Amino acid sequence: MDLFEKDFDVIVIGGGNAGLCAAISAAEQGAQVLILESAPKIYRGGNSRHTRNFRCMHRTEKFPLTGRYDEEEYFQDLIKVTGGKTDETLARLVIGQSEDCLDWMVEHGVRFQPSLSGTLSLSRTNAFFLGGGKALVNAYYRTAEALGVEVSYDTEVTDVKLEDNRVTEVCCRYQEREYRLTPKAVVVASGGFQSDIDWLADAWGPAARNFLIRGTPYNRGVVLKSLLDQDVLSVGDPTQCHAVAIDGRAPKYDGGIVTRLDCVPFSVVVNRDCERFYDEGEDVWPKRYAIWGRLVAAQPDQIGFSIIDSKSIDLFMPSVFPPIKADTLDELAKALELSQDGLKSTIEKFNQACTEGTFFPTELDGLSTRGLEIEKTNWARPIDTPPYYAYSLKPGVTFTYLGFKVDKNARVYSQKGPIDNLWAAGETMAGSILGQGYLAGFGMTIGTVFGRLAGGEAGSHVH
Amino acid sequence: MSIDTSLEAKRQIEICNACRYCEGYCSVFPAINNTKVFDKPSLTFLANLCHNCRGCYYACQFTPPHEFAINLPGILAEQRQESWQEFAWPRGFGQLFHRSGLAISLLVVIGAALMIWLINLLPGQENAEGFYRLLSHQTMVLIFIPAFLLPIFALVKSTRDFWASINGSALQVTHIKDALTTALSLKNLSGGHGEGCNFEDEDRFSLARTHAHHAVFIGFSLCFLSTSVATILHYFFNNPAPYDLISLPKLFGIPGGILLSVGSAYLAYLKTKADPELSSPKVWGGEMAFIVLLFLVSTSGLFLYILGGTSWLAELLAFHLGCVLALFLLTPYTKMVHGIYRVAALLRDAQLKSRT
Ligand SMILES: Cc1cc2nc3c(=O)[nH]c(=O)nc-3n(C[C@H](O)[C@H](O)[C@H](O)COP(=O)(O)OP(=O)(O)OC[C@H]3O[C@@H](n4cnc5c(N)ncnc54)[C@H](O)[C@@H]3O)c2cc1C
Ligand code: SF4
Ligand code: SF4
Repeated sequence: MDLFEKDFDVIVIGGGNAGLCAAISAAEQGAQVLILESAPKIYRGGNSRHTRNFRCMHRTEKFPLTGRYDEEEYFQDLIKVTGGKTDETLARLVIGQSEDCLDWMVEHGVRFQPSLSGTLSLSRTNAFFLGGGKALVNAYYRTAEALGVEVSYDTEVTDVKLEDNRVTEVCCRYQEREYRLTPKAVVVASGGFQSDIDWLADAWGPAARNFLIRGTPYNRGVVLKSLLDQDVLSVGDPTQCHAVAIDGRAPKYDGGIVTRLDCVPFSVVVNRDCERFYDEGEDVWPKRYAIWGRLVAAQPDQIGFSIIDSKSIDLFMPSVFPPIKADTLDELAKALELSQDGLKSTIEKFNQACTEGTFFPTELDGLSTRGLEIEKTNWARPIDTPPYYAYSLKPGVTFTYLGFKVDKNARVYSQKGPIDNLWAAGETMAGSILGQGYLAGFGMTIGTVFGRLAGGEAGSHVH
Repeated sequence: MSIDTSLEAKRQIEICNACRYCEGYCSVFPAINNTKVFDKPSLTFLANLCHNCRGCYYACQFTPPHEFAINLPGILAEQRQESWQEFAWPRGFGQLFHRSGLAISLLVVIGAALMIWLINLLPGQENAEGFYRLLSHQTMVLIFIPAFLLPIFALVKSTRDFWASINGSALQVTHIKDALTTALSLKNLSGGHGEGCNFEDEDRFSLARTHAHHAVFIGFSLCFLSTSVATILHYFFNNPAPYDLISLPKLFGIPGGILLSVGSAYLAYLKTKADPELSSPKVWGGEMAFIVLLFLVSTSGLFLYILGGTSWLAELLAFHLGCVLALFLLTPYTKMVHGIYRVAALLRDAQLKSRT
């Protein structure tokens, strides 16, 4: 292809949020930039396509954010979810720069909207993209192209070659032909490895084959592996991934936000053997959302069933698939291919353990079961009013934690020290900051801050 | 209304209802959030509320080939079309002219032929000036009064049926104010940020279509005003056509004609650039023919003014009047009718919003 004959200063691997911020920043330094993106144009933008907001510090009220959100509060929120597994310097760098990102994003075409209905709790901390992440990605592609950035879709980078702690070659495949490019600088922004199911199964165990991947099928960690094999330094637990419980009927890849299920707190959750395995009412759902991926992953066949009755059907955001519905528990068990006696007995036991009290769907109401091995500590109401409804639950992987270790300039290191012309941004280095857990909206903040840094550094390196 | 369209619209809207990312683009998504069941009346209402700005298509992470196969502008356009055809009176006319550009063209030809025939057959007005010499004022009135009133009757009937079908209730002044401001400003084509819609160049936001539409709307209104003023002058002030350049009919008519002509040409051009799959491809021909008809009405009117003193007068007059006749008669059965359904849907939206 003609494009590969040209000389480029900077190659950006991956055209998601981080890659685009990097490409734009490098081009603004005057560099000739090429983005290599493995997806076709319609699927460009990786997981960034599925996002809806980014978390933004702000000392004064600023559209679309309400109130104030200062560095310290932001940092403490992060510490809570990561259990302290975070690099404080880098974390504070991201948080501090997030405030400036809002204006930068608007200048580069991103538009915002007040927080979406049903997400009022995020209106102070998270700025919502008008139209969501794909609209953001589209705007950045337009801005990048106006700056002269070239994009090659359907182009997978297969290898990044290092010699003397420098990138000497970027190998890629386009329409079944191999090309070798020799840019002056490289920014890696190709995400994690969660879509390589074999790798996931190696890391997590065979159960991972039953996991669903919430985002793009193209983040297969090819570049990550190529570089880690050449003694590049990594961070993040290589065996861990962030997973939430999503609708078991979701597609294997790219089901996105709409496959989430919010019914768990109002339900009884059983596994394939009709046994309950965790307190469904432990806390309000957003706070407990993330642990259910792991919980379901630990069950036989990595599947769970959330069962409610008609009292609760209108209490949560609708999911993309209609619930399975039946007039009796027997029929419900049949539809779910569960043991009829097993399900009935678990529900009966649960119903008997329910106590009198007032039910408040929106706050911890203390309405608890009494006398069960695993109590349900809030919102415990008997499942007794037909029709009955059920959703199947499966683990849905959001991202993996393994990534490149970078410094505060986004530079990538090998065992010999900083690599002369290689930077990383986004999910592929987020493990440097997020050791475990996840803070809503932080992925896009990391990608924007580090994308700008990496692109700016790479751009000024070549001039 | 076809069951397939409704089922498919319901399927897609339920996905949007679980997503809501596009909430900021237009009135449709907030209305979806406030809808409990997606039955036929609510789908018809939502479909007519949609202005086909296409923002939600280019922003959607679930468009084909994704298995969720979301194309909300497309399915809402189908649903909307079906409702226009269903509520058209008589229904068969709606089905014919919405779809068929050929039928529209034929009607124009028939209209023009009729005029030629009348010009040759009837004596005209002897001591009158301008085109009344060829076709008397009386003849024109005899043709155009029914051609004006019949469509109005049809429109009133369709509007009432539509309003009842979407469960519209008694209107308040605030609803009317809200709906008219939204309609006239084309707020639902603004993308929520005021930068316009996605039409002629994929996901690029642009005000081109908004501007073209404003030109057509204002141009058409001025032409209509010009004709109304002329009628008043004729009957009440004994001041028949032709008029001087500095006269009310001309001061409205000439800028109106130019705006309508330029605006419709621009709309037609934009339409050739837009992806037909994001609208109802079945009616592309009918819609295009209708835009061309708008262009012909205004342009032939302008030519009639410029070349009125030449030997082309008879042909130009016949063609222009044929176009105007077709436009009038077709109003209830072509894209022209969208204005009425849009405003009705916006009124209903204003009602529903004021309740919550
Ligand atoms: C359903 C869902 C919702 C989310 N919502 C939010 C949210 O609201 N807010 C938030 O902050 N975070 C959210 N996240 C997390 C967020 O998506 C990521 O943190 C962020 O998108 C990472 O951006 P990135 O640019 O690093 O990676 P990506 O956006 O995934 O981009 C990586 C790109 O690299 C390309 N690529 C991969 N391998 C190669 C290769 N070998 N050669 C060439 N190209 C390659 C891919 O095709 C892809 O386009 C969400 C994640 C999911 C799955
Ligand atoms: S069109 Fe797509 S992105 Fe927009 S609300 Fe619907 S599903 Fe979500
Ligand atoms: S096409 Fe535009 S007006 Fe119609 S639903 Fe989508 S965003 Fe709203």
